Amino acid sequence: MPRSKLIGLDEAAALVPRGATIMVGGFGLVGKPVALVERLLEHPEATELTVISNNVGEPGKGLGRLLAEGRIAKAIGSYFTSNRDAVVAHAEGRLEVELLPQGTMSEAIRAGGAGIAAFYVPTAAGTLLAEGKETRAFDGVAHLLQHALRADVALLRARRADELGNLVYDKTARNFNPDMATAADLVIAQVDEIVPVGGIDPEAVVTPHLLVDHLVRTP
Amino acid sequence: MSVQHDIARRVAGHLRDGEIVNLGIGIPTLVADYLGDGSGVVLQTENGMLGVGPAPAEGAADPALVNAGKLPITALAGASYFSSSASFGLIRGGHVTTSILGALQIDARGRIANWALPGRPILGVGGAMDLLVGARRVIAATTHTTKDGEPKLVDACALPLTAERPADLIVTEAATFAVRDGGLVLVEVAPGFGGEWVAAHTGAPYTEALA
Repeated sequence: MPRSKLIGLDEAAALVPRGATIMVGGFGLVGKPVALVERLLEHPEATELTVISNNVGEPGKGLGRLLAEGRIAKAIGSYFTSNRDAVVAHAEGRLEVELLPQGTMSEAIRAGGAGIAAFYVPTAAGTLLAEGKETRAFDGVAHLLQHALRADVALLRARRADELGNLVYDKTARNFNPDMATAADLVIAQVDEIVPVGGIDPEAVVTPHLLVDHLVRTP
Repeated sequence: MSVQHDIARRVAGHLRDGEIVNLGIGIPTLVADYLGDGSGVVLQTENGMLGVGPAPAEGAADPALVNAGKLPITALAGASYFSSSASFGLIRGGHVTTSILGALQIDARGRIANWALPGRPILGVGGAMDLLVGARRVIAATTHTTKDGEPKLVDACALPLTAERPADLIVTEAATFAVRDGGLVLVEVAPGFGGEWVAAHTGAPYTEALA
């Protein structure tokens, strides 16, 4: 029996300190660790956060609740317009936003987890999102320099874990979760079920256990 | 049939057996409805799936199975799931044959503006830039004019461009333009429309090469 990685929601939420940069998996609410995110509301220290996530939830749901309570200082993602609260918070100067093309964002996370400091990518070259970024031509095609992204804590959603922390996901709820699993100092995965070691076919493991520090089980 | 569905049906006619196709949000999403069972077209969605099937029956939606517009979908036999970075690797790496994108404006060189709305702060881009840069072929699917009747094909876009890379084909309810040698070429006028209507509602210069 391996040392258990299973902890409670409150124990997990307490691992997010003031001013932390957190990565939160999910595409909208699909694949988002909603229970874990919403438990942060009960921990006042989880504030002044920088959130790296494709969206900042929806009004009244997930990260949207953290935003509504003023816990998020900065959001790095690709699509914030789906939450009108984010649009208002930005207009009122309460939310700093860094907008990245979705593919550049996911690759920056992958790079952050793979020991790559930065990379050149053709996406967004010549557009408004190129402002302030180094541009360099390769074979005559303009590329932008994109720095890798890393976080203090990653909050993930997976379908199933084994007791070691190997993870499998659920269809398109996989999305950013496996990338984020690699790119944070502390990784916490919210899962539906935990099976004994050996209960997941090694060929099916998407996130190997060495990346996962803690598991939280939600019914 | 609504104008949007009409455009989607016209776009579907340009897809070929074996193509790997990504459908953008809006009119492009409707293209799936006009691919016959034996079309051989395989749909990729950038949130991490190849082999997208039709929308599920009412009440049968799986909350973990959505397309890039967050609408419920199904998985066809042979489907696969992958992470966001892998998905955009497929797109940027040129493995997705065709990207079908909506447009707010298109300029005289075929370049698309489709991510920033007039009068609103720029807070969303999604995968539009990646798709436009990465796909081997880009089809723009758009109404010919705005709701106010203004041409969407314009000499120069007033809205910010999504990429320097132009579309290869532009399909509206009224016409089809190919982009050749940096300019627009009218290759088809849709039934029910005439060349004069197209000329009156197109704000960009174009040449004609009608079949």
